[in-house]
Amino acid sequence: MSIDSPSALNNSIEIRNLNFFYDKFQGLNDVNLDIAEHKVTAFIGPSGCGKSTLLRTLNRMYSLYPGQRAEGEIRLYGSNILDKNQDLNLLRAQVGMVFQKPTPFPMSIYDNIAFGIRLYEKLSRSEMDDRVEWALTKGAIWNEVKDKLNVSGLSLSGGQQQRLCIARSVAVKPKVILLDEPTSALDPISTAKVEELITELKQDYTVAIVTHNMQQAARVSDFTAYMYLGSLIEFGATDQIFLKPQRKETEDYITGRFG
Amino acid sequence: MPDKHLSSQFDHELNTVSSRLMEMGGLVESQIQQAVYALSLFVEEVADQVIKTESQVNSMEIEIDRELSTIIARRQPTAKDLRLLMAISKATANLERAGDEANKIARMVKSLINNGGFRSLPSSELRLTTEMASSLLRKALDAFARLDTSMALAILKEDDLIDKEFDGFVRKLITYMMEDPRTISSSLDLLFVAKALERIGDHAKNIAELIIYIVKGEDVRHTSMEHIESTLQ
Repeated sequence: MSIDSPSALNNSIEIRNLNFFYDKFQGLNDVNLDIAEHKVTAFIGPSGCGKSTLLRTLNRMYSLYPGQRAEGEIRLYGSNILDKNQDLNLLRAQVGMVFQKPTPFPMSIYDNIAFGIRLYEKLSRSEMDDRVEWALTKGAIWNEVKDKLNVSGLSLSGGQQQRLCIARSVAVKPKVILLDEPTSALDPISTAKVEELITELKQDYTVAIVTHNMQQAARVSDFTAYMYLGSLIEFGATDQIFLKPQRKETEDYITGRFG
Repeated sequence: MPDKHLSSQFDHELNTVSSRLMEMGGLVESQIQQAVYALSLFVEEVADQVIKTESQVNSMEIEIDRELSTIIARRQPTAKDLRLLMAISKATANLERAGDEANKIARMVKSLINNGGFRSLPSSELRLTTEMASSLLRKALDAFARLDTSMALAILKEDDLIDKEFDGFVRKLITYMMEDPRTISSSLDLLFVAKALERIGDHAKNIAELIIYIVKGEDVRHTSMEHIESTLQ
């Protein structure tokens, strides 16, 4: 399973000359990157390198905060999502996001999934039942919750909550799923389940993941981007990045020589 | 950029396993030199010493592999670190086999001594190949310790010379055997010795290729000399 170049594939997202500002502080410097369709792209780098910032531009999560702005182009299947006229709700339905800490809504497991769907679609009761089952199955949690769909989502374990959140983002049938440190609060077994889930998700979705855990990037991703001080230092096939990185900075980071 | 790891313990582990490899290399080198000595002067005691050292070499191979597995399991090495550990594992296998070849020579020397037919044979002409093979392995270990790719390239070229020497020696043996069929038995023994030396050269060459793999990340086994030279530019 070796992929030499991301450019040979279809791209879900094309980032061009992206600069990002937190007021006066520049968080991203001229980032250019393609995120391939139905592949997992991982972002690694030390704290503050801009990997989460980059992820948060992809569904314009930053728009929630005044003073933060992005310049350049982010093309989602050809259309620039940084455009002023971009419908943000529609964008976030197309580009779902899962956070470091599981964030189930304080409602039943069933409603956690149905909530988002109701915003975008009118489904009959039985159609909704089917969709909830489908999403929970996609989230690899159906078997664990099928007998307690009316129980609060908050009653689940951390690992289950995180898979519920992934199921919730899948439920609205997005094109891209963004994962921001999805397993850093989970134990190794739950982590392994989420990683297994990521591998299944890429059959149908494009996945971008930010992780502090380099081995996780090595395990789950097809492509890896190494970032440092707001710049993209190296981007390539994961096999290549972990066996033979081209840049010394990348090599120093992944081998633990970063000082 | 720093060359040391954040974890000094990791550095220590890598250094330890590298020096174990050098230690093992030293043992095999002494085996080869003793085998050479036994061959040129036909001293049975020295040949016995070579055979005795073998079990030591074998247990070092196992010991180094165990250390490598531990480092991989505990550190999840990547990039150059991973390539170094892979290379050490293969280098130990090559050293162990080079030791086996020295062992074969020692056994042959014993058999030649017991048959008494060696004096009329061109065993002295084997000395050049012997010197070349044993010095090639020593150079390979030096280059490995220093991760010196230009030295590695020189070793690859020198191995070609050993192969040519071997071919010439075989031709010479054939003429001896045709002239005097009574020398066939001893000639065959010498042929095995020559083959063992040629194999030691090959193992040195394999180790040299591993050095290029560690430094450049390029697997140059089974490629042409032109390709290797362009890799190193």
